[in-house]
Amino acid sequence: MNLQRIRGLIRKEALQVLRDPSAIAIAFVMPLFLLLLFGYGVSLDARHVPIALVASRPTAETSALWAGFNRSAYFDPVVYTNIVSARKALMKRQVDGIVWLRGDFSRTVLSQRPATIAVIVNGVDANSAHIIEGYVQGVWATWLQQEAARHGQALTVPVDIQSRVWFNPGLRSHDYLVPGLVAIIMTLIGALLTALVVAREWERGTMEALMASPAQMGEILLGKLIPYFLLGMGSMALSVAMAVWLFAVPLVGSLWVVFVCAALFLLTALGAGLLISTIAKNQFVAAMVAIVVSYLPAFILSGFLFDIHSMPLPIQILTRIVAARYFVAILQTVFLAGNVWPVILENSAALMVIAAFFLILVARISRKRLD
Amino acid sequence: MRWYRVRALVVKEFLALLRDKASRMVLIGPPILQLLVFGYAATFNLVHVPIVIYNQDSGGASRALIARFQGARSFRVVRFLTTDRRLASILSDKEALAVIRIDSRFSQDLALHRSAHVAVWIDGRNSNTALLALNDINAITQSFNAHWAASHGWPHPKALVTMRAWFNPNLHSRWFIVPGIVGLLTLVVAMLVTGLSVAREREAGTFDQLLVTPLEPFEILLGKALPGFLIAGLEATAIILVAVPWFGVPLVGSLLALYLGLFLFLLAAIGVGLAISSACATQQQGLLGVFLFLVPSIILSGFATPIANMPKAVQYLTYLNPLRFFLVILRGVFLEGDGVSVLWNQYIPLALIGVACMAMATWLFRHRLS
Repeated sequence: MNLQRIRGLIRKEALQVLRDPSAIAIAFVMPLFLLLLFGYGVSLDARHVPIALVASRPTAETSALWAGFNRSAYFDPVVYTNIVSARKALMKRQVDGIVWLRGDFSRTVLSQRPATIAVIVNGVDANSAHIIEGYVQGVWATWLQQEAARHGQALTVPVDIQSRVWFNPGLRSHDYLVPGLVAIIMTLIGALLTALVVAREWERGTMEALMASPAQMGEILLGKLIPYFLLGMGSMALSVAMAVWLFAVPLVGSLWVVFVCAALFLLTALGAGLLISTIAKNQFVAAMVAIVVSYLPAFILSGFLFDIHSMPLPIQILTRIVAARYFVAILQTVFLAGNVWPVILENSAALMVIAAFFLILVARISRKRLD
Repeated sequence: MRWYRVRALVVKEFLALLRDKASRMVLIGPPILQLLVFGYAATFNLVHVPIVIYNQDSGGASRALIARFQGARSFRVVRFLTTDRRLASILSDKEALAVIRIDSRFSQDLALHRSAHVAVWIDGRNSNTALLALNDINAITQSFNAHWAASHGWPHPKALVTMRAWFNPNLHSRWFIVPGIVGLLTLVVAMLVTGLSVAREREAGTFDQLLVTPLEPFEILLGKALPGFLIAGLEATAIILVAVPWFGVPLVGSLLALYLGLFLFLLAAIGVGLAISSACATQQQGLLGVFLFLVPSIILSGFATPIANMPKAVQYLTYLNPLRFFLVILRGVFLEGDGVSVLWNQYIPLALIGVACMAMATWLFRHRLS
């Protein structure tokens, strides 16, 4: 190792970065653009769900229930006079669900027998349908209590659940999605920055010039790694600043923990990029592999959106090699719950192992050979 | 326009794409593999999520309630607590998603016809999982309540809610996600094939050679677009052929409607890919452009998170996204049994986007020339 040679290589790489604006764009414009887009575009909070209310014979009982739907922030109710037109509206996707009280609803309620509130939802988007079901149950439970109070009785159900949500009491999906997004964006940036850098040298024939220089392979790789690492940390700082100030996500834990873990994670991402680039030696293949192994797995297998526990066991094992999984866990915890050391240490140990694996592998397979 | 010239270019493009073993592999292998992995991974249904039960009651009623949690597919009881000492760390260390505490007077309260109390503490770091788990816990409790009330002579509630879901009666989120993955992977393949194709020629210096051939600019673009159509169309077919039997997703609508949608979607996607490629000087810029298009179009398509939840301004933005329309077509044909006549309001915007993108690609191609 020779510091002077490494410095020279870093200078060369930095000049290349500055000449082709796309690397700077990747590091600074992309996080800005993506975080804005994701932050505003991704939300699982269903509000103002259009829903059809049908009472085949409107009475005082039915309008008391309708009032509950009108008050709810989750629904934008539309009253239909008959079930046929409501079904048509559901078919045409004008409404996401129907609440239907049949003609005998009031009569059954008054005769002290349980009546039926029939709910039909469009099940194509199963997650939204589940959430709508939960909201309908909420309106129903409130209505039962009000009805009991109106008749001067206390509503007694056998088991009464009192729930408390920790770390995100308002269940704001924003607060959990934005830290995860930072991890996804850093995955992308890491892969994009380095996926082409070695392949480009091979394709342009400048790799041979580098090999003819006195620099050792390890120095060449360090010269590639260091500039992009610094760029990556810069974009991490930008992302965290936006998460905290723009999206108002609470940062309960410490900032330094975020950055130490980000440095570890960036090593895995850059290592993976260099590995792809070194093996592929061809920018087209490197680009495809980078897209296939970075963005989509980070999006789907990291636990950022889909719960890892609910995946089949072989897939759960597969998620263990996705570095973004560990970074998502760390960021969600440090942002929302604080410095929970068991979670942080376990996940950063995994990041260290993955980073070491990639970097050692890159160093082993990069030989000064022309084949 | 001369067909034989275009055909020669198409053959050359195919050779360039498929001659190299590595690029052949990355084009064909990953989409099918990703369909299988993501099809299993991308689910919003909770399965065997770890929970912990802290039962302070010793009666039979609490055991009956616990048995319902143990029997539920959504949950897996990983531990029974006897003290509340480690309660906080169980949640913060992610040992379990939720802790369910049954009050010490649970059985006694129920025997006296009083409401018994159960407290649920839940980890809200993943708010969607927390919300779904709360819904499932409520559903389990309600079915316990209904059963208990009927068998122990409690007054019944005034009305009961019955739920029915159209098109997806068991609310499998996989039925929603798998058609989405078909659209997503088709987009990725189309962008990969076309997004770097012109930039590659520019970087390799063969672009000038293309220009001195008798081919007109439009013919060159057509020669670049057709391989994309063929490869992405074939891969989409392969993905659909795997998705339907493997994941058991119903395909109830008309294939004509599906393929009309696929054709228009590919027109738009390939138009965008060629436009990016024509505008870029190097493959790195091309890759960046592909990413800058791919990532937002997946996020703003309604693939995983509903468009209706987005702010109004962002919702208008999604009308520029071809994948948004294609996903409606895919889900409509797969699950709702839609035909061409129902989906025309998706075809028209898709066709407009496609024609506009192709025109833009042609313009950028000429513009770069001069």
